Amino acid sequence: MLDYPTLKIIWWLLVGILLVGFAVMDGHDMGVGTLLPFVGRNDVERRVVINTVGPHWDGNQVWFITGGGAIFAAWPLVYATAFSGFYWAMLAVLWALFFRPVGFDYRSKIDNPTWRSTWDWGLFVGGAVPPLIFGVAFGNLLLGVPFGFDDQLVSTYTGTFWQLLNPFALLAGVVSSAMITFHGAVYLAHRTEAQIQARALTAARIAALVLLATFTLAGVWVARGIDGYVITSVVDPAAYANPVAKTVVRQAGAWLANYHAAPGTLAVPALAYAGTLLALLALARGRTGLAFVASSLMIAGVIGTAGVSMFPFVMPSSSMPNASLTVWDSVSSQRTLGIMLVAAVIFVPLILAYTAWAYKVMAGKVTAAFVKKHEHTAY
Amino acid sequence: MISDQLVDLSRLQFAVTALYHFLFVPLTLGMVWILVVMESVYVMTGKTIYKDMTRFWGKLFGINFALGVTTGITMEFQFGTNWAYYSHYVGDIFGAPLAIEGLMAFFLESTFIGLFFFGWDRLSRPKHLMVTLLMAVGTNLSALWILIANGWMQNPVGSEFNYVTMRMELTDFGAVLFNPDAQAKFVHTVSAGYVTASIFVLSISSWYLLKGRDLEFAKRSFRIASAFGVASVLSVIVLGDESGYTVGEAQQTKLAAMEAMWETEPAPAPFNLVAAPNEAAGKNDWAVRIPWVMGLIGTRSTTQVIPGIREIKEKNRARILSGMTAVSALEALRHNPADTEARDRLKAHQADLGFGLLLKKYVAHMEDVTPAILQQAVDSTVPRVAPMFWGFRFMVGLGVLLLALFVSAFVATLRGQCENKRWLLRWALYMLPAPWLACELGWFVAEYGRQPWTIYGVLPTHLSVSTLTPASLYGSLAGFVGFYTVLLVVEMYLMVKFARLGPGSLGTGRYLNEPAAAH
Ligand code: HDD
Ligand code: HEM
Ligand code: HEM
Repeated sequence: MLDYPTLKIIWWLLVGILLVGFAVMDGHDMGVGTLLPFVGRNDVERRVVINTVGPHWDGNQVWFITGGGAIFAAWPLVYATAFSGFYWAMLAVLWALFFRPVGFDYRSKIDNPTWRSTWDWGLFVGGAVPPLIFGVAFGNLLLGVPFGFDDQLVSTYTGTFWQLLNPFALLAGVVSSAMITFHGAVYLAHRTEAQIQARALTAARIAALVLLATFTLAGVWVARGIDGYVITSVVDPAAYANPVAKTVVRQAGAWLANYHAAPGTLAVPALAYAGTLLALLALARGRTGLAFVASSLMIAGVIGTAGVSMFPFVMPSSSMPNASLTVWDSVSSQRTLGIMLVAAVIFVPLILAYTAWAYKVMAGKVTAAFVKKHEHTAY
Repeated sequence: MISDQLVDLSRLQFAVTALYHFLFVPLTLGMVWILVVMESVYVMTGKTIYKDMTRFWGKLFGINFALGVTTGITMEFQFGTNWAYYSHYVGDIFGAPLAIEGLMAFFLESTFIGLFFFGWDRLSRPKHLMVTLLMAVGTNLSALWILIANGWMQNPVGSEFNYVTMRMELTDFGAVLFNPDAQAKFVHTVSAGYVTASIFVLSISSWYLLKGRDLEFAKRSFRIASAFGVASVLSVIVLGDESGYTVGEAQQTKLAAMEAMWETEPAPAPFNLVAAPNEAAGKNDWAVRIPWVMGLIGTRSTTQVIPGIREIKEKNRARILSGMTAVSALEALRHNPADTEARDRLKAHQADLGFGLLLKKYVAHMEDVTPAILQQAVDSTVPRVAPMFWGFRFMVGLGVLLLALFVSAFVATLRGQCENKRWLLRWALYMLPAPWLACELGWFVAEYGRQPWTIYGVLPTHLSVSTLTPASLYGSLAGFVGFYTVLLVVEMYLMVKFARLGPGSLGTGRYLNEPAAAH
């Protein structure tokens, strides 16, 4: 079996991969949902938009569910502390997601304009709200979250809901929204034609500009205005996971320390820029498939930037810094991490393979003619 | 801090959301196999009517599935939002099956359900059948993994407490996988799902037959449903949970409460067919008893003794006393990890740590425990008898009724005369809610019967919650109830609408009620 420190690092990477997988896969259908009321101007157009993701949104959503399950299994303390601490934010995500299964599945079942436009807005909420909230949550992780542990390791969140909505976190929310909207627009451009495609291209350009501007601004803010966290005691990566055994201090510029220590990691934020620019270029050339690959890389870059900046922290505590959750001390036992690694190594490639097959079966442009022909079976 | 109110509200919210999730789960679990059967017949015979059957019942299945997914999302995250200490304390074991469920089952069902609905024109017949089959396998695997997780809560095998990390840790994954409790639960629960789907198809087909419409379609559906139903209901009853009875201690406690067995009776124990349990006096005011039967079902022997409630409580009293020592030792150890004396004391009493934690509901420190508090804790180790007793009896009663219905329907369809027996068709129609009721009662018995524990003997329910305010819980509970009510109304409306439209809703031109545009 692999040694404990290696497993801890592997699981940091794997959780990152699952988050990126979630943002790439579920992200593009959420982006499509966000754009739905704007790029589809009548019922047929909206059905075209919806049917680009119709057969896939449910499978994609499992990236979110499995991400939750994987965090539970690999980082139980993070699962417990973050989701109970961010209680109302989490519920808002769940409730927004409620609109998706029913929106997709029930919308077409009744031919009534009010019914359909209600679900259109439902799909908009289900697509737009979760990325926004995840962005805000990531912003708060970078700032540190007010929580602590008692003797028995019972965690308590000591802040309020409203303090999560601070300016930096909101900026992070905009980064996330722009990222997902851009990605969705690229996907739509790939799967539609004519007017809808033209509108998707416009949306992509606007979202890309917002993304580049806010991502840069957030970067400057982190470098200049936000204290990071550093572990000052000696870390034994092989020790049992005990989150209150270390000493942590806040320090200006600490979130840049990893880039100084290993300049190669600068490739990660660079990927965010390169991916965006490449995607724009590819869109301009009409290479929509390539653009989708590029915007997926952009997502890996953006999420990776947050991860690399904070490593080894996952959820720093602003009110009790020693209680901060890190990859070393908020993880499962070595045995569980090992078993879960085996499961991931077996199943993730299988999942990728059959997902790819499903997309291949359903490939091609979705058109108004297609929707009309499949009046009774399409969404 | 943790108040009783917070605990009660958290439990209520979990019960509401889980019971609601399980309104949709059983139909999904069984419907997928009925679809596989119908589509297999289509692929083998090439008869279009079987394709229409697959697609029409598939449409109803899809309406149900959407809410299964919606409510499942809540469940996946609720352990973190509302049961934070639980998630920390047992996540090392409990999280794994949940994550594997996602990797192995949810991806499979959710990816292939898309192709099931949209792939008819793009896949060859055998390929589409394969898609349907994979979807079915996926849903049933999801039941397997979640029930492995749930089975572990009833019978926590393969794990050990670690005082440094302050949690349970996995020692034997194989034991968790092959936990006999989980196996028994899996068989019983998926069979219950198959029964539910059989009734669903049988009832609606019966309605068409009563109305004399879409006869060929309805008769064939009726036949498949009654055959599948007989097999499933036999499996629910015969292979049911009995094998799980004597396995874990949780099951013994439950068994005693379910059967209102206050005293340990000489083997083989008599069975209380009906009784009037009297909680205060700790006895039944009256009971109709059948000699021997309880001993036979409960132990499958004439010699093994089944412990009664009084005996179980006395055993638990000893464990609580031992557990107090464990809790004090653990607290000493948390303050001074080098305290070897405390470590040895903890080690000696570790098996009863959970029983000591029960007292934390009443006092902060073990020194403050009085005889009255001890008695309260002892009494809390057995759930209230009357709800268990009656909940169980209603489930079993419904099971017997369902068996009778399916056997009658199966015999009638074999003789080729189901459409003439109007009493049978009506009976089938009125039985539509029965399996849902039985399923909800079953979960109630299983989960309420586990109280006061979330993890039997390991973690009391009142310690498991997140440190939220009751106000938050009132808010979220109101939100869930509101959302779920609206969703249920919408779902029922569509279900009824499409069941009434019948196969004509496919727009193939072969059935009654061909719609103009809507579908
Ligand atoms: C015995 C079966 C069973 C039980 C006890 C549960 N579920 Fe469930 N669940 C299913 C059987 C199922 C299913 C049959 O696979 C569903 C129901 C309908 C459906 O769409 O899939 C499903 C859907 C479903 C989904 C959506 C999956 C998707 O998008 O495809 C999630 C996240 C969960 N469930 C999670 C849970 C959790 C965390 C539970 C425990 C508290 C739970 N379920 C109890
Ligand atoms: C979908 C089927 C299920 C139903 C209908 C169901 C039903 C219930 C009910 C009625 C309660 C409340 C018991 C009480 O407080 O009196 C409860 C509690 C609970 N159940 Fe389940 N349950 C289901 C599945 C599960 C599964 C699969 C798990 C774990 C994997 C689980 C874990 C819990 C937990 C943690 C609680 C809260 C603590 C408690 O009150 O015991 N349940 N459930
Ligand atoms: C007719 C004889 C039946 C017997 C003897 C029986 C027995 C049991 C028992 C003992 C439990 C509790 C298990 C536990 O505490 O872990 C249970 C639970 C349950 N029952 Fe039944 N049952 C019967 C019929 C049915 C029927 C007809 C249905 C539904 C169609 C059903 C659905 C359930 C469900 C969903 C559960 C909860 C899951 C579980 O614990 O397995 N049962 N049953």
